[in-house]
Amino acid sequence: MNNVFVYCEIEGTKVAEVSQELLTKGRKLATELGVQLHAVVAGTGIKGAVENQILPYGVDKLFVFDGEGLFPYTSAPHTDILVNLFKEENPQICLMGATVIGRDLGPRVSSSLTSGLTADCTQLEIGDYDDKKNGVHYDNLLYQIRPAFGGNIVATIVNPEHRPQMATVREGVMKREVVDENYKGEVVYPEVAKYVPDTDYVVKVIDRHIEVARHNLKGAPIIVAGGYGVGSKENFDLLFKLAKELHGEVGASRAAVDAGWIDHDRQIGQTGLTVHPKVYIACGISGQIQHIAGMQDSGIIISINTDPDAPINKIADYVIVGSVEEVVPKLIKYYKQNNK
Amino acid sequence: MSLKIVVLAKQVPDTRNVGKDAMTAEGTVNRAALPAIFNPEDMNALEQAIRLKEQNPGSSVGVLTMGPPRAGQIIREGLYRGADTGWLLTDRLFAGADTLATSYALATAIKKIGDVDIVIGGRQAIDGDTAQVGPQVAQKLGLNQITYAEEILDCKDGKVTVRRHIDGGVETVVAPLPCVITVNGSAAPCRPANARLTMKYKRATCPLERPADDKYAALYEERPYLTLNQWSVADVDGDPQQCGLAGSPTKVKAVQNIVFQAKESKTLTSSDADVEALVKELLNEKIIG
Repeated sequence: MNNVFVYCEIEGTKVAEVSQELLTKGRKLATELGVQLHAVVAGTGIKGAVENQILPYGVDKLFVFDGEGLFPYTSAPHTDILVNLFKEENPQICLMGATVIGRDLGPRVSSSLTSGLTADCTQLEIGDYDDKKNGVHYDNLLYQIRPAFGGNIVATIVNPEHRPQMATVREGVMKREVVDENYKGEVVYPEVAKYVPDTDYVVKVIDRHIEVARHNLKGAPIIVAGGYGVGSKENFDLLFKLAKELHGEVGASRAAVDAGWIDHDRQIGQTGLTVHPKVYIACGISGQIQHIAGMQDSGIIISINTDPDAPINKIADYVIVGSVEEVVPKLIKYYKQNNK
Repeated sequence: MSLKIVVLAKQVPDTRNVGKDAMTAEGTVNRAALPAIFNPEDMNALEQAIRLKEQNPGSSVGVLTMGPPRAGQIIREGLYRGADTGWLLTDRLFAGADTLATSYALATAIKKIGDVDIVIGGRQAIDGDTAQVGPQVAQKLGLNQITYAEEILDCKDGKVTVRRHIDGGVETVVAPLPCVITVNGSAAPCRPANARLTMKYKRATCPLERPADDKYAALYEERPYLTLNQWSVADVDGDPQQCGLAGSPTKVKAVQNIVFQAKESKTLTSSDADVEALVKELLNEKIIG
């Protein structure tokens, strides 16, 4: 009762990194609240393969649902596992990745339980809330903090009355940290049929392709990122040249992705990737919160912008006032000349 | 087979083109400075719906939207592109809704519309980016859902085949009808407004959009299709306790206009000397290289 739950997402028998990041965060929240951290995972042929990827993050109890038809993921069986399990367990908090699966599953579960859900949180904290209108005070609610309105404001959301308090978080936002390789958590293997009716298996996945990622933005030490100020698809080639010289990767703001200049999978920001490179070179990026949420923990930030007052310049270590077309070729030239 | 298709569409502030006057001095959103547009991914959904209608003779497409009276524009945009009808959910009781209360209102309206084969909408709206309303509507109607759809490949014998985006790839799923589909921005863009349909429907309005002394009153009388459906909470037999602010479990505790911790930054010009000096500094400090 009243514990913190994390839904662990899998690909085959591999637990997603984002789930392990959330287990780490969930452990901290559970300790602060003085409750247990529980985890739930569902798949096919996972018994014996997933436990040691989950328990070391400080999980006190793990529910493993292993059965035919639970992988690849489809909405209905996974929804009923969570809904029926939560009716028994009454958790106070449930976290899941803001992945395609988490964003398919989370709303369906929240609607079923009429509990609130906040998508794409960038911070989770515990705190109090005063409902001034009704004169009610609440202790220890989950603050679900996220940029909103296209990233122009940051909102703190609470669910005072409904449980569980549900939130999704994107990969890379929370840090992953093993508590103890031999952490002693209880593992249970509930009978799937008690939770999932046969009628849930009507949606069939008939074909599936997973591609190896075309880039390594998450692990890149240097990122050259372009925004609307890059101006064109052709100018993005300049960014690729610079990134190649620096052994870095190319990222983009949402505006550049929306303009069709670069692939969606390179988007950095609240609704894209969160990155922590050593050097972040922002080219023609104005710096909406939505973007900054995904790169603010970079080591050195260099901003190239024609607008000396661009918001991103406030968090930059170096600001070069000028156009991308002019400055990037010079960076390439002088890097080649001086890097001997 | 003929299909009854409902497109979920939302009028949103264009948060992609936020100018400097988008925020007030107090840090609140200046809605007046942002143009209201048809949510982009809902446009992708509309295109898929119209294609289904073209491929399945006898089918119909209706646009369902919730918002203030001016959101009637969303229905018109749909009619201009080939939709047959539309419904505007408008009532002060709907105001302040979070995703759960929104999906309750939409699901209630869909029940009222009745016998719907496919409910289709954008994956998410650009003013919230939550992607919650589609799955929540599906759950409230007890229907299967296919999210992140990129293309409807086939629809026959009571089943729909859809190619959808997943993390790191694509998959193809088959689901029985009726079902709810949400469409990703990577799907085909919507066709432009058709000139003939735009002429036909340009005066189509909801009663609340019309001024008291509307000079087109006689025209509305003559052409009933120019009067768009406008539904209140009572019209859809909704429970006011589950609508709007009252029906929203999530509450906004605080809203902040973020002030960044300003760093001490070096400002340089784009001159050769400045750029070369920077590159040398970064190399010397082993930040790059």
